Amino acid sequence: MVDITTELSGLKLDNPVIPASGTFGYGQEFSKIYDINILGSIAVKGTTKNARFGNEQPRIAECTSGMINSVGLQNPGIERVISEELPELQKIFHKPVIANISGFSVEEYVYCAEKINNVPNVGIIEINVSCPNVHGGGMAFGSDPQRVAEVTRAVKEVTRKPVYIKLTPNVTDIAEIAVSAENAGADGISLINTMLGMRIDIKTRRPVIANKMGGFSGPAIFPVALRMVYQVHKAVKIPVIGMGGISCAEDVIEMMMAGASAVQIGAANLVDPFICPKIIHDLPEVCERIGIHKLSGIIGTID
Amino acid sequence: MREIKFEVAENKKIARDIYRMTLIGDTSDITAPGQFVNIKLPYQYLRRPVSVCDYADGELTLIYKTVGAGTKFMSELSKGSNLLALTGLGNGYDIADAKNPVIIGGGVGVPPLYGLAKKLLEHNIKPSVILGFNSIEDCFYGNEFKALGFDVKIATMDGSYGTKGLVTDFIESCEYAYVCGPVPMLKAVYEKVQDGQFSFEARMACGFGVCMGCSIRTKNGFKRICADGPVLKYSEILWENS
Repeated sequence: MVDITTELSGLKLDNPVIPASGTFGYGQEFSKIYDINILGSIAVKGTTKNARFGNEQPRIAECTSGMINSVGLQNPGIERVISEELPELQKIFHKPVIANISGFSVEEYVYCAEKINNVPNVGIIEINVSCPNVHGGGMAFGSDPQRVAEVTRAVKEVTRKPVYIKLTPNVTDIAEIAVSAENAGADGISLINTMLGMRIDIKTRRPVIANKMGGFSGPAIFPVALRMVYQVHKAVKIPVIGMGGISCAEDVIEMMMAGASAVQIGAANLVDPFICPKIIHDLPEVCERIGIHKLSGIIGTID
Repeated sequence: MREIKFEVAENKKIARDIYRMTLIGDTSDITAPGQFVNIKLPYQYLRRPVSVCDYADGELTLIYKTVGAGTKFMSELSKGSNLLALTGLGNGYDIADAKNPVIIGGGVGVPPLYGLAKKLLEHNIKPSVILGFNSIEDCFYGNEFKALGFDVKIATMDGSYGTKGLVTDFIESCEYAYVCGPVPMLKAVYEKVQDGQFSFEARMACGFGVCMGCSIRTKNGFKRICADGPVLKYSEILWENS
C-alpha cells in the first residue's frame, strides 16, 4: 500500500493533486462528471475586489504542446465569491480549498485577504502576483522582489490562514523573488504561473489573441516549471506547490522530486476533464513500479 | 458530458473545404440540435469544437470546414479510424419557442440548422429555409433540406448559384428566426427579424464552461459561448463584443 498523502502548512492532503486556479472554475462543472472529493484540494478561480469581465475575444490560441490564454481574470468579485461561490463549493467539496486572490494594488490584495480570512472552507490563501494578462497588476508585482515582500507582509497582517505567494516565471531570478516572499512571512510558494507568449495569424497578419500577448501553459512549459521549482525549493525552507504543464502521474513524481510538496494541474484539465482522477488513480501504481512507498518522502530529494 | 470513442463510417468532401463525417458511437449525451462536440486530435493540444449536424441513436453526423492543421488531419481520416470526442456540449436550440420560424444559415453555420430542421419537422413545424454561401463551389445541403420538404432559398455573394446577394435579401417580415453563420451575417439578420435564436462561434479551450476563454457580454451579464451558448436568445444579445 503506497502512501500518497502529503501536507501543506499543517493542512493534510489525501494526495498531492490540486486543480490549478482558473482551470476548474468553482468546481461545479467538474462535480457533474466525477467525484471531486477525491482531489487533494482545489485552487479556485482567481478573485479580485470588483467583478471583472476580462479581456476581449479571442482569448485562446493553440500552440505546440500547449496553449495561450488571455482571459484577464474574469470573475464575479470578492463579495459574490464569498456569499455564493465558496458556500456552493462547500456543499459539494468537503475539504479545505485554496482561495486565489489577485489585485491591482496592495490595498486590493489586503481587502480580499481580509474578507477571505473569515471563510471557513478556505485552507490556504494563494496570492497571485503573477497574472500576465492584466495591466498594472499581477505580474507587475511578481517581478519585483520589493513589491512581492510588500504585498506578502500586508496580507499576512490581516489573515491567520497560511499565505502562499504564486510566482511568475517571467523573471530573471525566480529564487530571489521566492526568498523575498519567505522573508516577508509567506507560508509557502506556488509556481509557476503562465509564461508570457504570443502567436500571429500569418493570413490576417495580426496577433491571434486580442490582447496581443497571453499566458503560455501546457506540457511545453513543464521543463521550465520543474527547473524553477527545483531552484526555489533549494532557496527557501517553506513548502512549494509545483505547477506548469503537469499531465500525468510521472510528471507529479518528477515535480515532487524537484521540491514540490503538492502539485497543481492546470491546462490539462481543459483538454482532458478527467485528467485529475486519472492521475490520482495512476499515482500509487507508478510509485510502486519505481519503489516509492511514501510519496512525501521524495520531496526535494534531488541534489 | 462524457468522452466517447467514435468510429468513422464516412468522411466525404461535399463542397470546397467542406467535409461531412459520419461517426458511429454513443450519442445519448446529445440532447438538442445546435449542441457541439469537442474533438481530440493527435499533435493538437486543444480540442476542435464542431457543431452537431445530425444525430440519431448510435450515429453522429458532423460537417466541418478545413481551416488549419487540426481540421486538415480530420479530413484525412479514413473509414474505420477512431476519434475521441466530448459530447453533449452547449445548450442547443430551444424548439419550444418556435412560432412560424424561419431558418437562416450561412456557410459552415448551415450544418446545425439541418438537425434543427429535422427536429422541428418532428413537431410539425415547417419553417422556410434561407441559406447563404460565397459561391457555387461553397454550396452544400440545399438539396438535403429540400428532400425533407422544406422551401429552400439560396443566395450566393457572386450570383453563381441561386440568387445573387445576401440571406437578408430574402427577409421581408420575419417574426422568429433560427440563425447560424458568421458574426456579420448574424448581426445583419438580427437587424431584420423581430425575435429568434442565434448560434455563435468562438475560440475555446475547454468547451465545457471552466476556462472563461469564450466569454462574451450579453444583456443578462457575461455568458460563456461554450456552456451558456452557443445559442443565444435575440433578447439577450449585445453586439459590442464583435
